[in-house]
Amino acid sequence: MNEIVLTREMREARLEGMGCKRKRVEDIRFTQGKGNYVDDVKLPNTLHGDFVRSPHAHARIKKIDVTKAKALPGVVAVLTADDLKPLGLHWMPTLAGDVAAVLADGKVHFQNQEVVFVVAENRYIADDAVQLVEVEYEALPVLVDPFKSMDDDAPVLREDLAGKTSGAHGQRKHHNHIFEWTVGDKQATDEAFNKAEVTIKELIPYHRTHPCPLETCQCLASFDKIKGELTLYGTFQAPHVIRTVASLLSKIPEHKIHVIAPDIGGGFGNKVGAYSGYICAIVASIVTGVPVKWVEDRIENLSTTSFARDYHMTTEIAATKEGRVTALRVHVLADHGAFDACADPSKWPAGFFNIVTGSYDFPVAHLAVDGVYTNKAPGGVAYRCSFRVTEAAYCIERAMDILAHKLGMDPAELRMKNFIRREQFPYQSALGWEYDSGDYHVAMRKAMDTLGYAQLRQEQKAKQEAFKRGETREIMGIGVSFFTEIVGAGPSKNCDILGVAMFDSAEIRIHPTGSILARMGSKSQGQGHETTWAQIIATELGIPADDIMIEEGNTDTAPYGLGTYGSRSTPVAGAAIAMAARKIKAKAQMIAAHLLEVSEYDLEWDIDGFRVKGNPERAKTMKEIAWAAYNAPPPGLEPGLEAVNYYDPPNMTYPFGAYLCVMDIDVDTGVAKTRRFYALDDCGTRINPMIIEGQVHGGLTEAFAIAMAQEIAYDEAGNVMGASFMDFFLPTAVETPRWETDFTVTPSPHHPIGAKGVGESPNVGGVPCFSNAVNDAFGFLGVTNLPMPHYPYRLWQTARSLGL
Amino acid sequence: MSEEIEKIPVTITVNGKKMQRFVEPRMLLVHFIRDEISLTGTHIGCDTSHCGACTVDLDGLSVKSCTMFAVQADGCAVKTVEGLANADGTLSALQEGFRMMHGLQCGFCTPGMLMRASVLLRENPDPTEDEIRYGIAGNLCRCTGYQNIVKAIQYAAAKMNGRDFQEAAE
Repeated sequence: MNEIVLTREMREARLEGMGCKRKRVEDIRFTQGKGNYVDDVKLPNTLHGDFVRSPHAHARIKKIDVTKAKALPGVVAVLTADDLKPLGLHWMPTLAGDVAAVLADGKVHFQNQEVVFVVAENRYIADDAVQLVEVEYEALPVLVDPFKSMDDDAPVLREDLAGKTSGAHGQRKHHNHIFEWTVGDKQATDEAFNKAEVTIKELIPYHRTHPCPLETCQCLASFDKIKGELTLYGTFQAPHVIRTVASLLSKIPEHKIHVIAPDIGGGFGNKVGAYSGYICAIVASIVTGVPVKWVEDRIENLSTTSFARDYHMTTEIAATKEGRVTALRVHVLADHGAFDACADPSKWPAGFFNIVTGSYDFPVAHLAVDGVYTNKAPGGVAYRCSFRVTEAAYCIERAMDILAHKLGMDPAELRMKNFIRREQFPYQSALGWEYDSGDYHVAMRKAMDTLGYAQLRQEQKAKQEAFKRGETREIMGIGVSFFTEIVGAGPSKNCDILGVAMFDSAEIRIHPTGSILARMGSKSQGQGHETTWAQIIATELGIPADDIMIEEGNTDTAPYGLGTYGSRSTPVAGAAIAMAARKIKAKAQMIAAHLLEVSEYDLEWDIDGFRVKGNPERAKTMKEIAWAAYNAPPPGLEPGLEAVNYYDPPNMTYPFGAYLCVMDIDVDTGVAKTRRFYALDDCGTRINPMIIEGQVHGGLTEAFAIAMAQEIAYDEAGNVMGASFMDFFLPTAVETPRWETDFTVTPSPHHPIGAKGVGESPNVGGVPCFSNAVNDAFGFLGVTNLPMPHYPYRLWQTARSLGL
Repeated sequence: MSEEIEKIPVTITVNGKKMQRFVEPRMLLVHFIRDEISLTGTHIGCDTSHCGACTVDLDGLSVKSCTMFAVQADGCAVKTVEGLANADGTLSALQEGFRMMHGLQCGFCTPGMLMRASVLLRENPDPTEDEIRYGIAGNLCRCTGYQNIVKAIQYAAAKMNGRDFQEAAE
């Protein structure tokens, strides 16, 4: 077939492969209201489930009376823990090796805990029935403060664990203790501190917050009694894991469970775990024989299905007088709420918090984490985060600023002095990680030059003088943060979930006409996989991205994968895609050689096909090769052109970035205005710069929210204070700062396309940057450690306490 | 809460089509749209009328359809995201702007955001950046950080005013 002769540039551009700002495939349906989210899925005769929840944070259940609820017309079933007991489903295992109550079993452990599940013909009747259930409680002493968890007289929260002196992660020191996790060389670290010229020690808290995607958690369970098969639609970031868990719990064989995650309205870690609503909807569908839908409302979402952070980090740095760091010692008190339901890889009770040495060359370090129970919602999920790396980055970036303040050094200069140098990569950290690649000095220098850092410091000094003279009521802060992430869980030697190794997968099929259907074990929740995965394949195989359809989320058709969270999709599934494509390319080369009647070693790849070396006129495009694969494969070679790859990464990837923020705070109102925010990210090879920029904007906005106002707080009685949008801060377009983005490119040496992942970087680096800016603004007045969130009332109080 | 709740007839013109249903007086307009007439583009993101995912046009004004009852919309004309494309089925300038400027990610807030922006541009055909930011402050987005949503609306305004919008999403 003769085509118009295209230049190489035109052939390349036509592919819309890696590096191009390809417009998103998803947007065609999303802009027309044709997305298909869980609550949009409608099956005939569907019933609706809703929960009766506990008003108490800690109480014994004396009596549950469901008579009136059952009598309401339209109510089909009412489930309590006693109804689930015969099935063994009143408790469920958590990803962290603990158990969590599906429905409260004799006791409630946190406010809004699930007590009764009501199933009715529609959501209005279900809600009516919830009001008719009568539960009698006997209030028990409430434990909210994690620092009091292990007091001698602390109330016993988990009576179900009575007598258990060890848990999934070793010894328990107290009835409210979950685990102690230690990493590093304690003796060498203690010695370094004993010899240190300068030390700092501060408690750095990272408050409790929530991922809060705009679509809440929801599911639709449909059990077919005749076939014995369960179809489960749900907001699942990890649909295959949900299938395995559902099979293990329900005893329905895994091949008879069909899990479908359709379009998902944001996840941010909220949609990784398994929740009571899923279990109850499944059981209710089995009991009633018809589909049962469960849709969480916003209050339920914020107060029950997973929180994030709640780490209380006592941090010490040892250094020389010149500002070279010599040791790091961190103790974390981790508040896990009522059940340890962290979504971490099984062997990592504190996730990858041991990345806490950050971007700096600490010769020695020691870390200890104690997890404790309190009467708060369970969770501890990675909110736009790779397993506690956000907490770790906040810890070290705040601590470096505190050290700089003590030394009287510029915080950027202190960082430059202690960065891991380019020639040290691959770098072995004191707490056990092998950083793959980086060029921190170049990134930091670029950020400082672009923003005019030196001039900003001069301006700040002048403003401080003017403030002291009473000429202005505004103080200026410059926030510096330099983060190193650890993403792409993970090598199977390190990481598994319930025993399933954390690989990921891709399956690529080329059809006879040269178009492609590809399926992955990852699951987009807004990241744009349908767009970017096709770009990787387009570059690898020379087929235009528009001729490639990407499918995710259906466990019947997609290869097994561990899902999308912890910025793992590009590092793991992205690698699987490239490797599967390369398998196809190898076979295509054999077919091309046959068609061109040359040895395959005489061929070379050229944008969209193979050509004969030294004779570029003789060539076969991938489309021609695809046709031949089905029409005239070489003798002895099996027909068809498809491949599957399960990719077990050899290492994590380590994206990094330099963030700078300029902030002005009015000491009379406490209002902080972000004048500029500059984010330089290095995520290795860039697949789609438009999507990267979008991810950075979104992550920075979440960072802004967390640092400046967003919080899930509890009062002393265990009442959750931030459970609706009345109280839980989500910034609007008005408060949100303008973002400036930039980049450097340091490819990952071990990833097939050199990509590292970016989705969470802006949250990891953004939060300390904002917090450092606030602290820096007050720094000249002697303040160094103001805790987040920095909302105006709190800043106003700080100003008042300083006598301003 | 109750025995039998009497259903009331309502007639609402949705995207130009007259829809007649018998509904309970307590049914929210958003449930009428999503469940009674199966237009699922309009979303629900909160219980407190903050998020704006359910925003529709009601007789030319932006309303949050979780904040009114279907019976209150009796006799009104409602436009939802499904009615936003051009008559020939192509994307309207606003929809095109969201795609070109990367104004959406998970897509959940997008229908409400588009419906709000469409009324904003009718009220103020050439808004400044600040006017856009204030104009969409009733709509929350968790993914984009709004910067590219603002650009998307600027793109649409430029196109509707016969100008080119130069600034591309990075």
